[in-house]
Amino acid sequence: MSETTVPLTIAEHAARATPDAVARQVRGLSDRAIAWLFISPTILLLLAINIFPLVWTVRLSFTNFRANRPNAKILGVGIDNYVSVLTDPDVWAAMQSTAHFLFWTILLQTALGFALAWLVDRRFKSHGFWTTVILVPMMLSPAVVGNFWTFLYQPQIGLWNYAVQFLTGIPAASFSMIGSVKLARWAIVVVDTWMWTPYVMLICLAGLRSIPGYIYEAAEVDRASPWRQFWTITVPMALPFIMLAVLFRGIENFKMFDMVNLLTNGGPGSTTEVASITLKREAFEKWRTGYSSAFAIILFVTVFGLANIYVKALNRVKSR
Amino acid sequence: MTSHWPRILRRGRMEAAAIVIIAAGVFMLLQPFSMSLYTYSFVTTLSGTALFTVVSKFPE
Repeated sequence: MSETTVPLTIAEHAARATPDAVARQVRGLSDRAIAWLFISPTILLLLAINIFPLVWTVRLSFTNFRANRPNAKILGVGIDNYVSVLTDPDVWAAMQSTAHFLFWTILLQTALGFALAWLVDRRFKSHGFWTTVILVPMMLSPAVVGNFWTFLYQPQIGLWNYAVQFLTGIPAASFSMIGSVKLARWAIVVVDTWMWTPYVMLICLAGLRSIPGYIYEAAEVDRASPWRQFWTITVPMALPFIMLAVLFRGIENFKMFDMVNLLTNGGPGSTTEVASITLKREAFEKWRTGYSSAFAIILFVTVFGLANIYVKALNRVKSR
Repeated sequence: MTSHWPRILRRGRMEAAAIVIIAAGVFMLLQPFSMSLYTYSFVTTLSGTALFTVVSKFPE
């Protein structure tokens, strides 16, 4: 009589593959203990790469430590580093550059993102293809974007200057987007807007598609004009999603480093020196590790505060 | 079952207050008008964040 073989489940395969010595140790453990056994490597990793550096940075922020002089005596300076950062006119100027970058990128990305979402939501012919095309910039790496926009902004060979010449008549070689004090701030705003408007569009599109159709039908029965429908139905109902996009882009752009570093490196002078570029200079060019740790903690607390508001807004959207 | 938690200390209201303090701190950090506001921005944001962390554990 032939023996019938029953296929093994994944758990049975795993049980058979486990060496006897390990199996003997695991057998008899409670479900809770096994759960802890599985998540403990992740918790250890999190402690090692997130929590420990944070605690260490807080500790360094109260000292005069300099990373280029590891053998020098480390002295506690109390809150002196925090006082220095918060009374430094250069850091305040960097914060204002960050504010300019934040304000204009959020304004432009929200306006353009919502407009694009509204257009894509019309479901015109081949809207799927155009949605994919619009989404391409946000799929690129910021390093790649920074490099190729550096070429696009070249006064001699860059496409941007020729496009401006074509549209306005201003000679292409007469201005440099990333070399000019007046234009450099706008150069980084343009690139960030180009890259991240599709992301805002996606969030707004989710908001627009969550509005039930019967509300518009009821409005049409009441003879509400399309303009009135837009301001009294579309905008209020999509507003939590727009707020979510604004907060997310706000947090991301507050920390902006890679793209600005590649495009202008804070220049010309310190025109585009946003907070993270100043932090890098203090930490790795001037080697004021204690001072830059205090600066990093100030930025961290700000981002953490904004993230709290973001989570609150996200929960409100989820509960809708 | 009715909660004996004081109405003024309910989570929603306290979280809203914490959010206003955080937003004020961020504005003070980024504004170009007054160095004094900039100097006290961190303390404001830190208080708002600490308050938010505490009150988010309060009952509704």
